[in-house]
Amino acid sequence: MTEAVLPPPGDAVQAQRRLWSRFLRRPLGVTALAVFLFVVLVGLFAPLLAPHDPNLVDLGLTQAPPSSEHWMGGDSAGRDIFSRLLYGARTTVYGAAVACLVGVGLGVPAGVAAGYFGGITDRICSWISDGVQSVPGMIVLLIVAAGTGADFTVLMVTVGAFMAPGYYRISRSRALAVRKEPYVDAARVAGLTHTRILHAHMFRAVRAPVIIQSALTAGIAMGMQTGLQFLGVGTASTPDWGQMMNDGFRTMGTHPLILLWPSVALGVTIAALAFMGSTLADLVSVRTEPVPRRRRGARPADETTARTGELAHTVERSVLRIENLRVAYATAHGDKQVVRGVCLDVAPGEVLGIVGESGSGKSQTMFSALDLLPADGRATCDGIWVGGQAVGDLPRAKRHALLGTRIGYVPQEPMSNLDPCYTIGHQLVEPLRAVHGLTKAQARDRAREVLLQVGITDPDRVLASYPHQVSGGMAQRVLIAGAVAGKPDLLVADEPTTALDVTVQAEVLELLRELQQEYRMALVIVTHNFGVVADICDRVAVMKDGRIIESGTVERIFAAPADPYTAELIRASQDDTESRDDLDAAWNETEAEAGRKVHT
Amino acid sequence: MIRFTIRRLLSGVVLLLVVTSATFFLAHLAIGDPTAGLLGNNATPDQRAALHEQLGLDRPLITQFWDWFSHAVRGDFGTSWRNFQPVSDQIALRVPVTLSVVLAATLLAAVVGLAVGIATGLRPDGILARVLKVASVVLFALPGFWVSLVLVMTFAVRLKWFPAVGYVPLTQSPSAWLSSITLPSVALALAAIVMIAEQLRNGFMEVTKQDFVRTLRARGLSSRRVTTHVLRNASPAALTVLAVMFVGLLGGAIVVEIIFNLPGIGSLTQSAAQIGDIPILLGLTAVTVVFVVLVNFLLDLVLGWINPKVRES
Repeated sequence: MTEAVLPPPGDAVQAQRRLWSRFLRRPLGVTALAVFLFVVLVGLFAPLLAPHDPNLVDLGLTQAPPSSEHWMGGDSAGRDIFSRLLYGARTTVYGAAVACLVGVGLGVPAGVAAGYFGGITDRICSWISDGVQSVPGMIVLLIVAAGTGADFTVLMVTVGAFMAPGYYRISRSRALAVRKEPYVDAARVAGLTHTRILHAHMFRAVRAPVIIQSALTAGIAMGMQTGLQFLGVGTASTPDWGQMMNDGFRTMGTHPLILLWPSVALGVTIAALAFMGSTLADLVSVRTEPVPRRRRGARPADETTARTGELAHTVERSVLRIENLRVAYATAHGDKQVVRGVCLDVAPGEVLGIVGESGSGKSQTMFSALDLLPADGRATCDGIWVGGQAVGDLPRAKRHALLGTRIGYVPQEPMSNLDPCYTIGHQLVEPLRAVHGLTKAQARDRAREVLLQVGITDPDRVLASYPHQVSGGMAQRVLIAGAVAGKPDLLVADEPTTALDVTVQAEVLELLRELQQEYRMALVIVTHNFGVVADICDRVAVMKDGRIIESGTVERIFAAPADPYTAELIRASQDDTESRDDLDAAWNETEAEAGRKVHT
Repeated sequence: MIRFTIRRLLSGVVLLLVVTSATFFLAHLAIGDPTAGLLGNNATPDQRAALHEQLGLDRPLITQFWDWFSHAVRGDFGTSWRNFQPVSDQIALRVPVTLSVVLAATLLAAVVGLAVGIATGLRPDGILARVLKVASVVLFALPGFWVSLVLVMTFAVRLKWFPAVGYVPLTQSPSAWLSSITLPSVALALAAIVMIAEQLRNGFMEVTKQDFVRTLRARGLSSRRVTTHVLRNASPAALTVLAVMFVGLLGGAIVVEIIFNLPGIGSLTQSAAQIGDIPILLGLTAVTVVFVVLVNFLLDLVLGWINPKVRES
């Protein structure tokens, strides 16, 4: 029973191995790791490597320049700098290790417990963690140093305690995330004890972040440690880099080299740790390899695609006309085509529905019409006309000047399409002033007017509200108001009712129809629901896999769908039981039919 | 709003009491008998015993604590054990120096970090963004005093653009004041600059993907106006870093003040810790915690102003 619940350990081992081999392929990461290991080894074997006794005073060597005998010269007390640097590495690495161990020991168990158990455990631990972070660390460290007669280990334990909140935070957030995973629930249902779950899942989940945090912590601990030593904390008999820097600092005007050596050693060691950490963090957070950057102006590799869909109007009579649109996204494995050769048009006062499942390319078609595709998407077409004018080759700025003036856009998800930081009034007024040149008072009047028009009875309250203070249906009305405020010829609506309650859906659809008739707008409405089409559309284009598989008037399509997939979509929205399996079966039938046609 | 303010101030006061009390016991336990440090190694046992009694160290620790605590809550932090001057006077003398440096560093970090953050946020694959990525890794890790030493070696010792050490009060000569705090401020600000810029860049990339940005573009707003919206949404993380950095700077300033020979609270902390002047150390702890509480309070106010949704939750 328990074996079935726990994911096989082989996976984790393999993932670990993959991460490790990916790390070794990053030159920066490998260099940083090599430098750090070098410092550790130098520290460990300092007594064997050092050519001189680090504390031996030779007055002739005082502030001596580098020589073949003393590679880095001598310090102000006449000691060999190179040997002291090697012994200093030992102190530095030891101190950082102590601080990291203490930080992990205090922070990780507390963080995992807080994230896993939540409630009072979480509150107490988080309160302590916040408290520790607001303690002035250096003051406490100096007090501890003064009191303990500069016992170095005690000092670094204290540094570790101040580092614990960092470990606490990452462990807690990882544990919280894992806690929500279904397999942890499954493990509990299966009767595993907390201890076993924690052991099996939690410590595996926090391992990578803790290693990354340790690289960071070790660097910071080295900085604090050297800073304290620079201030004179520490024992004179053990060489350390902070002491050496202090010595160099006092003679930097005359003998800058004495300061240079330990500063370079400290800088290089800390930088190596930082780069190890950041390389690892990159590898853990980005699971896929980076997408190759496309050359500017390069055309996406076109698949040879036939045009699909039909054009019902002349260029002059259409408000929007798109010919042979292709949209592709750059991925790690080359371009992925999402729209393949779509043609469509819409006349003034006409309502066109684009129907299809999610992933059929209907939204991508619409964003291409607006020229608002995401940055990694790319649209090409044989021609695109707005109001009879070819706009495909217009510079970006001119193309965007159509937005808000000739074309209005109603998005799908009302809440995520309003800026949470500004009032609704500001969001309606700003484009009216900036794009349409209205004065503040005119813009406000116009905003109030459209809000009344979309059925909002108390426009002043809504104008003063922030988006989170209104309901979803209200927000969608606001967005529709924003889209029509500039009196566009063409309104593009992306699933305008999908995110709304069923009762509100009908109202919003009715509102769109009213506005369309009042302003004599062309309306392109993207939907997955044939019910919406039946309600409001004049013509319809059915999309699947980036192609228009059928288009025509609503009456014709409902009466006699030519394609089995269309028939299935219609049936599905009539019974309200959209089963993906049924749709796929219908699609396979279409494909099979197409195949037969080709062969016969 | 008023309830929010009262709640935050109350929790700040509790934090102040807990941290200073904990420091009181820690200092007494760690330092034990401070008379050795205060009088130096040449003091006779009789002299030490006399000072011991004079400072009231022979009383039970809890009595000493209550004595200190009951005065401290009324704003009386007692007198220094070294020169018997009031603690508050000595700290008040030092605060302007440290604040000059830390505020200048914070301002520098905010302005430059904002500029770099916006520039890299608008071009997340540009050269500046790549330089920032590397710089943020290194500069975050390197301690401020290390950066200070490099700056002093380069700009003060070698190029002689700035004075290596010393502080000139603003009231004495504004230009000399600026010149004396430039290097320490830059040393403290560098790490903060890259952290703020990095946060802003990440925030920009995150916010730019959000639906409402596309909707704003679809309304015809210019990229400059859209950027303003993005910036406001992306700024909370960067502001949080700025506040954390300010708090860190207060502590990190100790070594930097020693390097630049600035008579701020950092160098006072160091000398007080060396001789075991506990009243001064406790006063310094209290001042630092007050700053931490104030900055966090201000941060909450600003975050609430930026995004009103935060204010209500």
